[in-house]
Amino acid sequence: MSRSAKRTVKRDKRTGSADLAVPARGLSRRGLLGLAGASVAGIGLGAAGDRVALAASASPGAASASAVYPFYGSHQAGIVTPAQDRLHFAAFDVSAGTTRAELIELLQDWTIAAAAMTAGQDIGEYGAVSGPYDAPPEDTGEAQGLPTAGLTITFGFGPTLFETADGVDRFGIAARRPADLTPLPHFPGDDLDAGRSDGDLCIQACSNDPQVAVHAIRNLSRIAFGRAALRWSQLGFGRTSSTSTAQATPRNLFGFKDGTANIKAEQPDVVNDQVWVSSSDGPAWLAGGSYLVARRIRMTIETWDRTILSEQETVFGRTKGAGAPLSGGTEFSEPDFTIAGRENQPLIGAAAHMRLAHPMQNKGMKLLRRGYNFVDGNDDLGRLEAGLFFISFQRSPAQFTTVQLNLAKHDALNEYIRHVGSALFVVPAGAADGAYVGSALFA
Amino acid sequence: MPRVLRSASLLGLGVLGIGLLSGCVANNPAATHTALTVDSSATDCAVSANEAPAGSIRFSVTNSGDQVTEFYLLAEDGLRIVGEAENIGPGLSRDLVVQLDAGSYFTACKPGMTGDGVGKAEFTATKTDAAATVDVDLAAQIVTANTNYGSYVSDQIDQLVTGTDAFAAAYPAGDDDTARSLYASTRVHWERVETIAESFGDLDPKLDLREADLEEGQNWTGWHAIEKDLWPQDAEAGFVAYTADQRAALTEQLVADTATLHEKVEGLTFTLSQQTNGAIGLLDEVATGKVTGEEEIWSHTDLWDFQANVDGAKVLYDGVRPILLKTDADLAASLDTEFGSLQALLDAQRVGDGFTLYTDLTPAEIRALADQVNALGEPLNQLTAALVL
Repeated sequence: MSRSAKRTVKRDKRTGSADLAVPARGLSRRGLLGLAGASVAGIGLGAAGDRVALAASASPGAASASAVYPFYGSHQAGIVTPAQDRLHFAAFDVSAGTTRAELIELLQDWTIAAAAMTAGQDIGEYGAVSGPYDAPPEDTGEAQGLPTAGLTITFGFGPTLFETADGVDRFGIAARRPADLTPLPHFPGDDLDAGRSDGDLCIQACSNDPQVAVHAIRNLSRIAFGRAALRWSQLGFGRTSSTSTAQATPRNLFGFKDGTANIKAEQPDVVNDQVWVSSSDGPAWLAGGSYLVARRIRMTIETWDRTILSEQETVFGRTKGAGAPLSGGTEFSEPDFTIAGRENQPLIGAAAHMRLAHPMQNKGMKLLRRGYNFVDGNDDLGRLEAGLFFISFQRSPAQFTTVQLNLAKHDALNEYIRHVGSALFVVPAGAADGAYVGSALFA
Repeated sequence: MPRVLRSASLLGLGVLGIGLLSGCVANNPAATHTALTVDSSATDCAVSANEAPAGSIRFSVTNSGDQVTEFYLLAEDGLRIVGEAENIGPGLSRDLVVQLDAGSYFTACKPGMTGDGVGKAEFTATKTDAAATVDVDLAAQIVTANTNYGSYVSDQIDQLVTGTDAFAAAYPAGDDDTARSLYASTRVHWERVETIAESFGDLDPKLDLREADLEEGQNWTGWHAIEKDLWPQDAEAGFVAYTADQRAALTEQLVADTATLHEKVEGLTFTLSQQTNGAIGLLDEVATGKVTGEEEIWSHTDLWDFQANVDGAKVLYDGVRPILLKTDADLAASLDTEFGSLQALLDAQRVGDGFTLYTDLTPAEIRALADQVNALGEPLNQLTAALVL
């Protein structure tokens, strides 16, 4: 059986069988997409479970649980959205033989499903438990009874989607590839695992409930079967960034507050200047989008834990307790890199992480950081496989490259960390209601 | 690889407070301490009490002024520094934990870090039954230990120079067998004092940079650049052996940089904290580079380096062990045991004058070595507190 024949069978299972069961309804997911410009407001009405309604009685008053962020809009959600507590990030490779039309269909299917899940609904017409009794459920069901928990789903395109490493233009979009979308350079100390790096497509699912985030990636992976396959994925159990002034700065696994000076949603001018690609930056289809850098940073926490407190603080340039810069003040005080202590040495040392990452040391460049702590079991040496899954959004990859080159060369923290995974994606602008994510690229 | 900071920061800061010793072990839940606060303002140094029971006392110093400040605890003569908290930025707090015998002391602050300081006041540690007593002979032992370690560092670098000269005769002459035989045994002298050698920030990357740590366009020199040329079987496809000119240039640079290192270590002095934390630093070198096989990815002679790092840590420990026996004999016994267990694991891998290649170790053998490094690391963590507090 040919691959395309398999796919036809699969599609019949997912949509055709529903039509057979309730022919009068007629509107499959694909049918909805076929109505160009038509509203998709009908999604989720009817039989599919509406988790918002269920959740309202289950946990009233829990703001982080009941938060709902709209999927459609001028920018994708999950960037300036207040950083949720949990992450499931996934990178995909488009399957061999997939056509441009099939890729577009995948993005359409993903859009519909993401819009449903972020609204607290099961995917598909019948959801997890309301479909035909003799068919596998459309929705995998583990999010039943859970609130939306602020779920956002953010899609991105890797350099290889536009052109493979061998220079093959699989989808007729090589000419539309943004000039800045090239693989990141090798940074000193990089120890990258190809199996944890790169990818044609990515999905960032963030939620305040880990199961809601996993449910999203699981169902989107399932929808992609035959068209795109998981290349790597990463769970993050705790946010390390705050992207809103309403949020306290969390701690990384070294026990420090890092990224206190992150770009915040309440700074629209900075967001416009540093995060969103402007129409003047080019290409035109990317206006309102951003670049996403993901780095899996392994921390040798066992070594760190043997390190004396004064060195720990010297490495970061902050106090471990309050997170204040060593030059004085409180957590949000602007660091003074000139103030000197004993032997005229600066209180925030030349190799301090905070100094090197500061915009002052990087031509004013800032990153919107949205990283997560992870612990993926342990390694063969009995050490926790722990670290930071770093994510940043920026208007140009050069912002990340500038900062990371500075850190990779000089940062005292390098003694305790290792970059083992790396990926760069371009994140298109948000989809308008009725359109799909990335439609401008294929227009 | 550059593992610079620990030793560099310690060399730069000079940790004091070695005058008073007792068997205070971190994480001992039974230990109780007196908590006092100090307000260091522009004009005063207000301690929340002017006396406390002898034993562990924690001064939480808050800088309420607008200059960088220091807090001093001085001996009865008003001169000798018993403990200090330095480099406290405006608005910040820092704790000074000391172990005090009954007696008279002075407290003082130094906003601006110059001059005579402000708010000098008497402080009394009152007699208690539980308070530890201090052996005054220890001060002399500390001086001896520090001096001996300085000599050890100097001796190792002397031998590094001698070994490098022999290596430099063989490698550019194309005598690869001799060069390979000298590679690991010469580097041993570097690895034994690695944390000291690395404290000279510019020399370490010149002499010991691994290929993975290169940045684009950076010129690669030092031992590992030569290692790849001598053991090219694991090199990437298309790797071309160095020309005679390249070999000569690398050798010349290696000899010159080693000579510079030799000059820099002459006359170095150390404090007790530098010794104890140097031992931890060497063990961390093992944990991050050697036990993972990442240090010698072409020659796979990681266990030579492993043994040398442990040698250096053991020398540091042995230097302070007589002092530790008086302050915390239990910790000394624990460290003796764990060092012994680690050495037994290494001895089991000895082959002739050297060791099993890293690539010939079984996963279980590597795991056992890694576990024992952690087992030694935990009591070693307590060494500084046990000696310095």
